[in-house]
Order: sequence, then C-alpha cells, then structure tokens
Amino acid sequence: MIQALVSVGLVAGSALAVATFPRSVLVFLLFQGSLLFVYRARIPERLRWALLAAALLVLMPVIGYFNSYYLEVATQVGIFVALALGLNIVVGLAGLLDLGYVAFFAVGAYSWAIVGSPHANIIFGGGFPLAGWWFYVFLLVGLAVAATTGILLGLPVLRLHGDYLAIVTLGFGEVIRVLANNLDKPINFTNGPKGITPISRPPTPFGLPYGEYFYFLALLIVVAVVVVNRRLEDSHIGRAWEAIREDELAARAMGVPLVRMKLMAFACGASFAGVMGVLFSAKQIFINPESFTFLESIGVLAMVILGGMGSIPGAIVGATVVTVLNLQVLKGFSLWLNELKNAGVTVLGYSLADLPTQFEPAKYERMVFGIILVLMMIFRPQGIFPARRRQRELGG
Amino acid sequence: MDVELLIGIFPQVLLDGIILGFMYALIALGYTMVYGVLEFINFAHSEIFIVGAFVGVEVMLGLKSVGLLEGLPWPVVLILVLLAGMAGSGLLAITVERVAYRPLRNAPRLIPLISAIGISFFLQDMIRLFESLWRNAFNLVYPTIDVLNLRFELTETLDVSVKSLVVIVGALLMLWALHLIVNRTKVGTAIRAVAEDQAAASLMGIDVNRIISLTFLIGGAMGGAAGVLFGVQYGLINPYSGFIPGLKAFTAAVLGGIGNIPGAMVGGLVLGLLEAFAASYLSLLTGGAFGAEYKDILAFSLLILILIFRPKGLLGEVVRERA
Repeated sequence: MIQALVSVGLVAGSALAVATFPRSVLVFLLFQGSLLFVYRARIPERLRWALLAAALLVLMPVIGYFNSYYLEVATQVGIFVALALGLNIVVGLAGLLDLGYVAFFAVGAYSWAIVGSPHANIIFGGGFPLAGWWFYVFLLVGLAVAATTGILLGLPVLRLHGDYLAIVTLGFGEVIRVLANNLDKPINFTNGPKGITPISRPPTPFGLPYGEYFYFLALLIVVAVVVVNRRLEDSHIGRAWEAIREDELAARAMGVPLVRMKLMAFACGASFAGVMGVLFSAKQIFINPESFTFLESIGVLAMVILGGMGSIPGAIVGATVVTVLNLQVLKGFSLWLNELKNAGVTVLGYSLADLPTQFEPAKYERMVFGIILVLMMIFRPQGIFPARRRQRELGG
Repeated sequence: MDVELLIGIFPQVLLDGIILGFMYALIALGYTMVYGVLEFINFAHSEIFIVGAFVGVEVMLGLKSVGLLEGLPWPVVLILVLLAGMAGSGLLAITVERVAYRPLRNAPRLIPLISAIGISFFLQDMIRLFESLWRNAFNLVYPTIDVLNLRFELTETLDVSVKSLVVIVGALLMLWALHLIVNRTKVGTAIRAVAEDQAAASLMGIDVNRIISLTFLIGGAMGGAAGVLFGVQYGLINPYSGFIPGLKAFTAAVLGGIGNIPGAMVGGLVLGLLEAFAASYLSLLTGGAFGAEYKDILAFSLLILILIFRPKGLLGEVVRERA
C-alpha cells in the first residue's frame, strides 16, 4: 500500500517537477528513476502498468512538447533498447559473442536510405525517392535484409567458438563499415563517407510533429520487440539457445539442432537492429558510415552486460542508463565545466580557465564503456538485473 | 594494362611489405605469447602497442626540449627511445594483467575477453585524457632526426630510407633476442612449461603467476618496441591508431598459428606483404574500380577463411579448445 502511494506520488511529482523545470537534467533523471521504481515496486500489476503507460504515453510526449531535446533522448533510448534486446538474444541467450552487431543496424539504415532518397536515381535511373508510405514497407524489408545478413554471417562462422567467433564478427562489422565507406565506386551505392541525404520521412498520422511521431514509433517497436523476446525466451527455441550457451556438446546430445538454432539466434538478433536502422535513417534524414563504427557495437554490448546478459529488463535498464549517461550526463558535465571556465572559477587555487581546450568530457564515452565492462566483469558478471532463469540455476 | 609499371614498382612494394610485415610480427608476438600461456585474446594489446609509441614520442620531445635530440648521436637517441617505449608498454601490460585479468582467471571464457575489450577502450581515452591535459593535443608527430630521412637509391625504382633500415634491423634484433630468451634460458623453459600445462608446471616448482606476469612483460615490451618503430616510420600517432594494426597483428598471429612464436613472425610477414601488394596493385589491376581501401577487407576475409579452413594456421600448431 505504501509502495503504491509512493509510486503514484513519484511519477506524478517528478512529472510535475519536469513541467516546472523543463531544462533540468537532474529532474529528468528523477522522472526516469521513478519509472524504474514503479517497475520494481510491490504494487498491484494493474496499477503498475497503468502508471507506466501513463508515463510513457502521456507524460513523456507532454514533457517533449515543452522541451523537444528530452523527446529526442527518449527516442534514442528506444532505439538502443531495441538494439540491446536484439544483441541480448545473440550474446545473452545463445552465448555467441557478437562484436560487429552494429553492421545489421547499418544494413537496415542503408536499405531505406538508398531508396528513400534521390540517391537511388544514380543506381536505378529515375523514379526515386519512393513515396513516404513505402517507409512502412521498408520497416519489414529492413528486417528481412538484416536477418538475411545475419544468416549469411552465421553460416561460415558456425564452427567457431568463443573468442574466435568474437574476432570474426568484429572483422565482419569492420568490413561492412569499410564497404559503406568505399562503395561510391565503381557504382555509387552508398555515396561513401559523404553519406546519403535527404532521406524521406513518412507522412505522420493526425498531424503529429516528427519528434512525437518517431518517439511513438520507437516505443511501438520496442514493445513489439519485448513481446517477441518474452515469447521466445519461454519457447523451446529460447530453451535451446540457453542450452547451447551452457554446454554445446550436451545440448547436441539432447537433440538440439545446433546449426538451425545458432542461425536463428543471429537472424532474430539482426532483425531487430534492421528495423531500428530503417527508423533511424528516416529520423536522422542523413546517414553516413560514421554512425556505424565499432564503438557503437561495444556501446550496445556494454548496455547488455550492464543490465545482465540474457535478462530483458536488464537490457532495457542497461540501454537507458548508458544512453542517458552519454547524451545527458557527460554532455551536461561538459557544459557545466565550460560555464565554470567562462566564469573564471578557481578550485583549490587552480583557475579552471587554464584547463586545456582539448579536454572535453563529452568526448570520453569510450572510457565510460570501458569502465562499465571491466567493473561489471570483475564484480558482478551477472549484471544489475540478472536473468531469472540464471538466478534460479545459481541458487539466488 | 601497363605491365612495365607493374614490374617496375615491384621491388618498392616488396620492401614496404617487409617493413609492414616486421611491424605486424612484433605486435603479433604479444598476442601469441599471451594466448600460449592463458589461451585468451589480449584485446588490449593494441593499446599497449600504441602506448609504446606515445612513451617514445614523449621521450623524444623531452630530449628535444633540453636540446639533446641534436646533441646526442642518433643511435643513442633511438636506443633510449626504444628502451623507454619497451619499459612503458611492458609495465603497462603487467599492470593490466594484474588488475583486469588475474581476478578472472577461472571465469568462463568470454568474461576475460569482455574485460580486455573494456581495458582497451579505457586505455584509448586515458591516453587522450593525459595528452590533452599535458600537451593540449592528442595527435602527436614524431620529431624528425635528419639522418633517418636520408634515402639511398639502390636502383632507379627502388630507394631505401635510413628509418626503414632501422625498422628492419630493430625488428630482427628483437625477434632474435626473443628467440634466445624463449629457447635458451631457464625462464624461457618455464614459459614454455606453463604454456604446455599450468598445473604440472606449478608442481615442478614453477611460480605460475610470476611466469604469466613475465609473459605479459615480454609481450608488452615487444609491442612497445613495435610502437616506437611505428612512430619512427609513419610519424603521426593518435590514441586510436593502435586499433587497426592490433587487429591486423592478431590476424597475423592466427595466420601463423596462434600460440606459436615462429608462426607469428611468418604470419606477420605474409600479411604485411599481402597488404602492401593489395594496396599498390588492386587499383592498377582493376582500372581504379577498387582501390587501396580494400586492403582491410582483404585482411579480414583472410582471417575468416583461415579460421574456417585451417584453424591451426600455417605452421600447424594445434589450437586447444578450453571448455
């Protein structure tokens, strides 16, 4: 009862606070924290889902109406949640360490970017860009293309295990990026490092602004991905994946079809990234190979590991924390430091104005990923929210 | 197609390939030695390599600021810089092992690998942070020593610079020294024993932890030397420029048979030559349709092919699978 009251109070209070201080990062973090509390609190299920739905469907767009940057952050979080959930299938459930995951995101993004922009005229003659409604078709095409790429990658590497597999997937990710960078000749497919722009966007229903539209679309896809993930986890496929992760030999002896299951893991994981890639390219209007570097793959891996490998709530929390850390905390810290510098503040006799200009905290996301990975591996390899089944296996 | 041109540039490309190959070989040794004793890919080795380059450039800039860069004879400067780079990288490698790998020694196989990736990312930004605060720049250029840029014309189409000779001679000396350490000394015997069977080695009175540290020290020092030579040869370094050479060197180690020291040398040379030829000949042979950019794809495709069809590598060391 107390927890129920606290939950309602927290969500309402933090929403009110965000409305009052629309520019404060701390207040926005409080709002996100209240969602986590609601998710974990011992309250009636109906109240829990009503609160979460109210926060995500009503409060968030309202906040976004006052400060569109927060909506942008929320949309980014949605994109990365879907990516983390996809990678969670490959790494968390099936135990196949994929270090080139962002390649599938790139494949999805380029599939819409090419035909959704005038760029395709160079390849196919006239008639492009396709009309906006094709975007919805391409959400599925992106899914299919990425899943096919996943199978194509999976086929040759099926025999590899553990760290060899990791290195090969890393190489594959680099190959896709190098291709995106250089396939502007002999036939111009990707326009090389200059990237593709302008990418068309679909017409929005009910005259929604694009910020809100992409937020709702991302949310919808995330919900779909979560549902698919939940169903997979408890199906015989999910159990087969976990069996492969725990002991490949024993799984094979029990009649788990290794080849089919591994390929399915790659295809499923890749397909989520493909869908989000299509959304990403339409949202950004412009894409180039810079968005699909190894850094992004490791970022998504850090999200999965922080939350807990194989755990769905873990992947969601991990993606949220890491994205918010990158987009808000580090950037906020940079801005704050700059303000202090310009104000000529001194700390312990050291004038902050003397700080070297090359020192920009916002550029240090690699360090954040690195620290997360090392600390989690040493102190809590099961993650913040360990997967339920794994918890039961290990006896708590 | 201009056949004469293709033949004409051949010696120069061969030389470039050999230089690149020795560089890869030196880095690959770090991967292969660690894999030999721990059966684990030290992903952070690419950063240990580039730290060597940064220590080197700092020592050179330091010497320059006190006027000794011109004052000392150039071989002395080079040896000083090499030793400093080796010491820096070697100590860093030991520290990394102590902090991030040793607590995970009995964990499932993927755990230390992920930790190593974390360390690699952490180190990249640490170098950047340090150089940003210290020099307000993190893209550094090696100071030039005039002697090193002298070029000898061997034939009409082939010339060799002194620094290329330095790289080749330096790499050969390192490889020879490593060969002696591993095969002729007591410590080397201990390293080989630990690689063969840790439990049995410890029963024979070998301090396994100490030998593992030592392996990281030697592998790291080789990487550091490679870093300095890389800086001398190519001039410009930044905190992120270790990543791709590191990946290539890993490919070289796998190519030669991971865990196998002569294999790493052979693999490095083969990969270096292959890349140099791809870089120069691809665009000539395909009429400009595919350029030098595709040399990375070539290297990674090669890695995938070897792992699929000949996971033991060229020299056939048996790759053991740890459960």
